[in-house]
Amino acid sequence: MRLIPKEVESLWTLFTAPTIWAVHFLVCYVGAAVFCAKRNALGLDFITVRSGIGIVTVIALLAILGSGWLAWRQWGFGTHEPPHDEPSHHDRNRFQGFATLLLCALSFVAVIFTAMPAAIITECNP
Amino acid sequence: MSIGVASDARGRRERRPLKQLFLIAFAVLLSGCAGVQSALDPAGTEAEAVATLFWVMVAGGTLIWIAVMGGFYYATRIKREPHSERAAGRLILWGGAVFPVVVLTLLLAYGLSLMPKLRPWTAVAEEPALRIEVTGEQFWWRVTYHRAGEDPVVAANEIRLPVGERVVFTLKSADVVHSFWIPSLGGKMDMIPGRDNTLTLEATRTGIYRSPCAEFCGSSHALMVFSTVVMEPDAFDDWLAREARPSPGAKADGLDAFLRNGCQACHAITGTEANGVIGPDLSHVGSRDTLGAGILQNEIDSYVALIRRPDVIKPGIRMPGFHGLPDEEIETIARYLKGLE
Repeated sequence: MRLIPKEVESLWTLFTAPTIWAVHFLVCYVGAAVFCAKRNALGLDFITVRSGIGIVTVIALLAILGSGWLAWRQWGFGTHEPPHDEPSHHDRNRFQGFATLLLCALSFVAVIFTAMPAAIITECNP
Repeated sequence: MSIGVASDARGRRERRPLKQLFLIAFAVLLSGCAGVQSALDPAGTEAEAVATLFWVMVAGGTLIWIAVMGGFYYATRIKREPHSERAAGRLILWGGAVFPVVVLTLLLAYGLSLMPKLRPWTAVAEEPALRIEVTGEQFWWRVTYHRAGEDPVVAANEIRLPVGERVVFTLKSADVVHSFWIPSLGGKMDMIPGRDNTLTLEATRTGIYRSPCAEFCGSSHALMVFSTVVMEPDAFDDWLAREARPSPGAKADGLDAFLRNGCQACHAITGTEANGVIGPDLSHVGSRDTLGAGILQNEIDSYVALIRRPDVIKPGIRMPGFHGLPDEEIETIARYLKGLE
């Protein structure tokens, strides 16, 4: 028995990766903004922000990879070629898997782009 | 007949007007490549980084445009039969996904690597030797030079900088959003009411540069300009020391006329009882590059015109017109102000 069924009749699998991307974006930007506004009260170094962004980025990328693997599985491990446009349960399922896989790839790149400034920025801009 | 296409008596179509239009447009575009207000003719560290970024983008964009046009030519003229589904799929994968991701990643990395140069926050962290506070007001610039351990020096509508030294600017606004931009040196950064923004610039070449307000701020937005004068450090120190003292002409004839007509209610002149803070400080107005925030030549006639009908020269200005005064009185004040060097 599989822990997660191979065919999921929910659109939420489609939105998982973009949702992770959105949450990661908010955590990075809101987190950095709050830190810079309250840095005197917090008494922490900016390296805390960079490390925090690094950790949430790794978590987000792993979650997207997981979602991508499920999508790859739902698509049939690449054995079925697109466009999956027959009006059947089989094609609808494969289409969803393929679309989810593409969104995972987009979200993966977007999460890296979101985190890249943390590699350069070393201080809150006054 | 379409625009730009002329026909002669035999019905032959000539495209001369279009060609002329293209040449004129090209000449107009070329004029932006140099001059006192060109980001493509950098005279500062930050502007150099921005200009390099611009040329990298132009070169990259041109290469991609040539590749796309080449592909278009190939598909429509050389290989006109349908392509296989497999080849189309490969094109989409490599040309539509992998290539843009690689290019955007490289561009983002390059852009981010410029950040420490464009926004050197470490230079701002410690109290700098020279900090210039600039406040945008409708439609002029209040400029205050702060030096460690010395009294601030107030000026207006002109900023002077020492070449080769990093200067920190504190940018403010007294009314609406303005934007501070010296294209030849770097920038730009918005001036937002209730907020202090910090910018640093390092000039690398002496000269006089034009700096317009870069955010629409009202009816005379386009008439809100300042001059940036980049000087040798010694000359700058001498100038700032002079600027801190009253002008030799502060007590000259004409001060009475200035005070008699209430000018001191809005304007200040160091060394006199004029200490208004509503309008620009006039302590050394005669030595500035321009008059009226970068729109008039600094000469007697400009003072006369500005005193008589400021609203005609600068719509929306808060200064009332003094056209009711006798011509001699206006000219006396104008000569006095021009003498404040």
